[in-house]
Amino acid sequence: MELLGEGKKVLLGNEAIARGALEADVDVATTYPGTPSSEIADSLSAVARKMGEKGEAPFYFQYSVNEKVALEFAAAASHAGLRALTCMKHVGVNVASDALMTYAYIGCRGGHVIVTADDPSCHSSQNEQDNRYYARFASLPMLEPSSPQEAKEMTIEAFEISEKLELPVLLRTTTRISHARGVVELKPLKMTSKKGKFEKGGLTVTVPEVARKLHPMLLEKMERARELSNGSRFNFIEDFGGEDGIIASGAAYNYAREAVDDMGLKCRIFKIGMSYPLPEKKIIDFLKECRRVIILEELEPIMEREIREIAQRNDIGVEIYGKGFGKLERYYEYTPDIVYATLAEFFNLEWKYEGDVREAAPRPPVLCPGCPHRATYYAVKKVAPKDTIYPTDIGCYTLGLLPPYKTADFLLCMGSSIGSGCGFAYSTEQKVVAFIGDSTFYHAGLPALVNAVHHNHNFVVVILDNFTTAMTGHQPHPGTLLDGMGYEAVPMDIEKVVRGIGVKHVEVVDPRNLQETMEAMRRAMDFEGLSVVISRAPCILLKSKTKKEREIYQINQEKCRKCDVCITRFACPAFYHDEGGNVRINEALCTGCGVCPQICPFDAIEVKK
Amino acid sequence: MKKSVIIAGVGGQGVITAANILARASLKAGHNVVTSELHGMAQRGGNVECNVRIGNVYSPMVRRESVEAIISFEPLEALRNLHKVKRDGVVLTDVNPIIPPLISLGIGDYPPVEKIFEEIEEHCTLIKINADELARKAGSILTKNIVMLGAFHALGIFPIEEETLLETIRESFHERYAEANAMAFKLGKEAIESVGDMH
Ligand SMILES: Cc1ncc(C[n+]2csc(CCOP(=O)(O)OP(=O)(O)O)c2C)c(N)n1
Ligand code: SF4
Ligand code: SF4
Repeated sequence: MELLGEGKKVLLGNEAIARGALEADVDVATTYPGTPSSEIADSLSAVARKMGEKGEAPFYFQYSVNEKVALEFAAAASHAGLRALTCMKHVGVNVASDALMTYAYIGCRGGHVIVTADDPSCHSSQNEQDNRYYARFASLPMLEPSSPQEAKEMTIEAFEISEKLELPVLLRTTTRISHARGVVELKPLKMTSKKGKFEKGGLTVTVPEVARKLHPMLLEKMERARELSNGSRFNFIEDFGGEDGIIASGAAYNYAREAVDDMGLKCRIFKIGMSYPLPEKKIIDFLKECRRVIILEELEPIMEREIREIAQRNDIGVEIYGKGFGKLERYYEYTPDIVYATLAEFFNLEWKYEGDVREAAPRPPVLCPGCPHRATYYAVKKVAPKDTIYPTDIGCYTLGLLPPYKTADFLLCMGSSIGSGCGFAYSTEQKVVAFIGDSTFYHAGLPALVNAVHHNHNFVVVILDNFTTAMTGHQPHPGTLLDGMGYEAVPMDIEKVVRGIGVKHVEVVDPRNLQETMEAMRRAMDFEGLSVVISRAPCILLKSKTKKEREIYQINQEKCRKCDVCITRFACPAFYHDEGGNVRINEALCTGCGVCPQICPFDAIEVKK
Repeated sequence: MKKSVIIAGVGGQGVITAANILARASLKAGHNVVTSELHGMAQRGGNVECNVRIGNVYSPMVRRESVEAIISFEPLEALRNLHKVKRDGVVLTDVNPIIPPLISLGIGDYPPVEKIFEEIEEHCTLIKINADELARKAGSILTKNIVMLGAFHALGIFPIEEETLLETIRESFHERYAEANAMAFKLGKEAIESVGDMH
């Protein structure tokens, strides 16, 4: 296991964070998965499972039901005096934010590092919100690494800052940090297993009177954080001559630093690693020594505004450039091309900017060959009226958005399929069929379903139960037999849950049986009131891990009449047209799921002998 | 010194594994190395790109016309990244198109492969190999990424000893694939050597 090695290793940014937590002797790690954060927790899960085999794992790891619970669990561990790590993607912090805002008030005891992995350019997210605002919103210190090596060091430092200030510390990465690999120097692992003790009597029950006491105390802690930021080795200046300055953080620093070499720029770079609170004193000195300064930060002009304010308050006449200058925008991630072109303009150099993408036929991700979601969508489309509204949710099944299924009409966030389903059912006369995955159902679908039951909203909820959290890398969830440490867990039975909260019409189907699924869907849509169809079949990637021998299907060319239903309506990616225009099945792709023979009107799809 | 390569292909072809092997071999050979990769949504049959950069580098991302080579596991994916390779650089690509499923539905368009090759040749040096065929010869289509690494190594762009790269490959897989991988590497390398000394 690379992560448990020694010396110098090439690690993913996320693995480096996991390693940092292990070097810091973390006691409890919790998460709800989400790209680009998932590998932090997945690495810790793998370590826990591996070490668990040989006896006690030296820390506790949990895939929690959602980010809020993950944070609450870890907050309690911290108040028992343990070191805790909680990781999530940027939108996960929205889910955890109710806990986070007040957690900042009561603070922590054992060091607690909360990782937020942001996703500028929405590579795998529903928005590109800038979570540096959360540091300001909640009043919590924030560190932002630029490389895997820094990610590891900052994780360790974050635990220390957290204990010094008795405040949880936010570690913010972006996709280009989390998913970059780089050389990381590994230090000895300190992994000891321990239990903590909760000392009663602190200011930990936030009734109004206590909250009012805590808020000024929090602000006072943040003043001390500002001092730490002024002294932080992660806020450093590199001098390449000249009288102009660059202030940069995160991925933008990497591009700027390389531009200085490549373009021979004379300037000083102030690299901001502890980005909240900003190192005000150091910034004042820096601004005073510069004639002009350009600020390179992705997304929102957060540092820019705070630095402009610092300059104004201290009467510093430096010219400040930021968003709106050169190619710097508030949306999408920066790229080296954007940063080079902008710096060229700033330093008055000839430069040609031609953008950094090239038009080529798109290759969007699609549902895997044999994916059970495809069968469900095919069956639903067969029986649903044309103007049926399909509120959808987040997971592999969101790919139902693509033709030919187009079974996705509305999506906000995890769980929104059922909440918005209630709203559409009330607001229209159209049929409403909401789709939600199993992991998403536990995460945020349950309260919405309770709402739907209680108000007897008339629509269908299809729960796509594929036994896993597929989209983010097949993590366990409350329905699985084992937990994230490989220990036996208590699997939740969705059917019992749904019946238990009072849904009257519930059916469980195997989507690989299309006829059965279509009939169940028809009954559910005819039912007056709320109905739930649980469409249950394992993600094909789980299955192929266990089942070695598989039957492969082929087209009987004599029977095939080239109606193309399999290609245009069912669209399993294993189908293709050969040069002669014949329909064929790519053997390397076919998983033998056995669904397509049911859709061919001429019985031309058969098992290959 | 600063050398960069893009490894491109389609989800499931072993692109990330290849990038990872190249990165670890680079470190073994004493180079600083950074890489970037895309996970998540990009995996389900979507396009996958990894950059591997060695030497005096900070950024895992690359600029237009800045990389020495593209190693592409599929022709269209070479084209998608073409603007990032230097004019005096190389595109090393497999010749077997993988048609995106949406195109089978009549959405979008896959340019004729010959057109793709022409466009690449207008930009820089093009080297084509039939890596699918070589991988099958080596024992399994799954060794395609190793064929590509063998071919890339033969171009001599990254200063890494052959044995260092082979050792890293051996460490990356179960023993039972060692033989097929060694063969795949050799076939990839020979495919380039037979094209002649291009670089
Ligand atoms: C608040 C929040 N947390 C995490 C994610 C990342 N995420 C996207 S889909 C998904 C889960 C998908 O699992 P499931 O619902 O079971 O569907 P599947 O992918 O298995 O089809 C997660 C965790 C997110 N988008 N939002
Ligand atoms: S990973 Fe599983 S759930 Fe996701 S598309 Fe593939 S088969 Fe479907
Ligand atoms: S059996 Fe048919 S639907 Fe299933 S994977 Fe093979 S070709 Fe696709």
